[in-house]
Amino acid sequence: MSHDANTARHRALDWLLHSPLALPLVGLIVVSVMMAFASDNFFTVNNILNVLRQVSVVGILAVGMTFVILTGGIDLSVGAVMALAGTVAAGLMVNMGLHGGLGIAAALMVGTGLGVFNGVMVAWGKMPAIIVTLATMGIARGLGLIYSGGYPISGLPGWVSWFGVGRVGIIPVPVIIMVIVYALAWVLLQRTPFGRHVYAIGGNETAARLSGVRTRRVKLAVYAISGLTASLAAIVLTGRLMSGQPNAGVGFELDAIAAVVLGGTAIAGGRGLILGTLIGAVLLGILNNGLNLMGINPYMQDVIKGLIILLAIYIGREWR
Amino acid sequence: MLELRGIRKSFGRIEVLHGVDLHVRAGEVHALLGENGAGKSTLMKIVSGIIQPSDGQILIDGEVRSFATYDAAIAAGVGIVFQEFSLIPGLTAVENMFLGRELRGPLGLLDRKAMRARAQAILRTLEVDLPLDVPIARLSVAEQQFVEIAKALSLDARILVLDEPTATLTPSETEHLFKVMRELRAAGVAIVFISHHLDEIFEICDRITVLRDGEFVGSTDVADVTIDRLVEMMVGRRIENSFPPKPAPDPDARIVLEAVAVQLRRGGPVSSFQLRAGEILGFAGLVGSGRTETVLSILGEYGAARCTLRVEGVEKRLHDAADGLAHGIGLLPESRKEQGLITPFSILQNVSLNNYGKYRQGHWFIDFKKELACTRTAMEQVRVKAQGARARVDTLSGGNQQKVVIARWLNHDMRILIFDEPTRGIDVGAKAEIYQLMRQFTAQGYAIIMISSELPEIIGMADRVCVFRSGGIVATVEGDAITSEQIMTHATTGKVHHVA
Repeated sequence: MSHDANTARHRALDWLLHSPLALPLVGLIVVSVMMAFASDNFFTVNNILNVLRQVSVVGILAVGMTFVILTGGIDLSVGAVMALAGTVAAGLMVNMGLHGGLGIAAALMVGTGLGVFNGVMVAWGKMPAIIVTLATMGIARGLGLIYSGGYPISGLPGWVSWFGVGRVGIIPVPVIIMVIVYALAWVLLQRTPFGRHVYAIGGNETAARLSGVRTRRVKLAVYAISGLTASLAAIVLTGRLMSGQPNAGVGFELDAIAAVVLGGTAIAGGRGLILGTLIGAVLLGILNNGLNLMGINPYMQDVIKGLIILLAIYIGREWR
Repeated sequence: MLELRGIRKSFGRIEVLHGVDLHVRAGEVHALLGENGAGKSTLMKIVSGIIQPSDGQILIDGEVRSFATYDAAIAAGVGIVFQEFSLIPGLTAVENMFLGRELRGPLGLLDRKAMRARAQAILRTLEVDLPLDVPIARLSVAEQQFVEIAKALSLDARILVLDEPTATLTPSETEHLFKVMRELRAAGVAIVFISHHLDEIFEICDRITVLRDGEFVGSTDVADVTIDRLVEMMVGRRIENSFPPKPAPDPDARIVLEAVAVQLRRGGPVSSFQLRAGEILGFAGLVGSGRTETVLSILGEYGAARCTLRVEGVEKRLHDAADGLAHGIGLLPESRKEQGLITPFSILQNVSLNNYGKYRQGHWFIDFKKELACTRTAMEQVRVKAQGARARVDTLSGGNQQKVVIARWLNHDMRILIFDEPTRGIDVGAKAEIYQLMRQFTAQGYAIIMISSELPEIIGMADRVCVFRSGGIVATVEGDAITSEQIMTHATTGKVHHVA
């Protein structure tokens, strides 16, 4: 008995020391407890669901970002791509009277298309991801403004709001969408050869290529996935705002990257778990929510968040 | 002028220089000769203060000196031009020559005029004319080398070490370099010249010192020695018996791969070779002679000017290693860490990396049970010693890591394995095991190309040997003709066939 208890304890310790999830989880618990002490309203079902709903857009963006960062890349275009996809979908539905389903399909196509564009430029054009996606960010933002003339496109059919503020039972629809996206991403990364190749490229791209992995296709796919999740985020955001906003999502790419890195994924790629990203996104959300509940000046909130991210990365650096 | 006495150097417990003497006089060009890994570069790093000897003395003008740093060696008058230049590509020749010790005007600003004038003066004494105002990256390799030499001279170097300066030069550029060297010699500079090209040594050098496996073999005047004698000094008489016996050659074995024409660089030599089932074809030659580039070209992973192949008699063009895999060609790359292993992965994940076609569940998913079973079988085949299939590869010894990379190819329908320096950096026991494995594979019908810089390994393992020099195959030897002397002679003096 005591022997079993020992090995169990040993295993738990081992997990704590070696799992990339351990540190993000500890961070999540610490921040939650702090927030619970700071505000009585924090640990209520409503507030928690509210935090998750607020997290959903960045949370969905961070899924694609995790794929990209695991290969050692980065995608700065997700915020702008999301805005463009939402604007185009709204425009098609409102101005051209297109059927809603087609509008959503258009959003998905715009996002995935720009992701494919990024992927081709990075994998075949052999340009650095940070530059390619920076350019795409500008292009997508500009296209959105051109298409909409710079104004939000409102007057969407009522059902669109279901994606943003609807509920199934008490669970907000955006949270359900987010959970499904994470579940699919988990399956892709952990259960398929594709997922293994994503990690392999981040671990050692040359070795992966020389052993016969078609690395360019894998890289194309991760940027396409990032574009796809950006357009899913666009659908949720459009539903919440009930309009296509060409200026939406400025700086969201940074929040998504922060969520991935807080979730324990190595910025150089090769190591990390999708569940960690979810924890990272929720952690960011709790910080936002808690600091708000505490009534802290929003400008100050940015400073605090920045410092916390820095601290988390510093600790994570020493972890292994 | 420069004298080394009994220099020893150990890295950890391994001694790589076992008491080397070197005596270079003022106004002579002294060749330092030896196979890859004989210790030439290590010795020159000691002379230039980059590393410290474990034992022995360095004398300059009869005085015992010790250089704690590179700068101390420069101050004592030692200049060195490395194989890889230490120039900054974006800066001009003048800026490079005065890097870190820029001349300053009265206001503390750069005195460009003065620097330019001094640079020009030095280059004029070398009778070298090169553009001073463009970034170094736009100059030819030879011109960059002259800048390196000029830089050393601007530091008042009286002892100049040139580490394989001609490796990347064209014949006319080499001629120009020799002219500069002769002028420096006439001016009383002592030059240490490292080169693998014996014909060059006979052309330019006065004396020769030969190293072999970190041992001092001897010094001699060029006039007193022949190419044959030099080769013998370099390769020595070594007995190696860790090699499995070679099977009798099968002249009827089918040709699995034929390189009809491989040309690495436009205008460079064109090579061709045939690979037969069940044989080990050795690729011998000096480092930089184009062996690795040739096999990478075959796999479509090197931008060769031309590469025409026949795989199993059918003309093919491979675009990447994945194409190679599809055609049954696998690669064990030169550098385990950088090109072979995914270091954060386990053995299991490393082996199955290119094997997923073998174990799918419902088409899309990995069948983990089968993955583990297949990996275990492959690990047993190559006899990987590890805690288990899930051990991280960075915890393994070099030999076991190498076996993991080999195991990756065993679950496939492979016909051709390319082993690039398969035993580099692994211990003797693991070496013998890898040799056994290679013979086991050929007995199963695999054809193997083995690149190796260790002559005993080539002689002990290869059924036939292609000898490379300057980017192409200069000779193919087989049977009893596979001797150190033959291979070394071809590798150092062989004539490259230039075909339009």
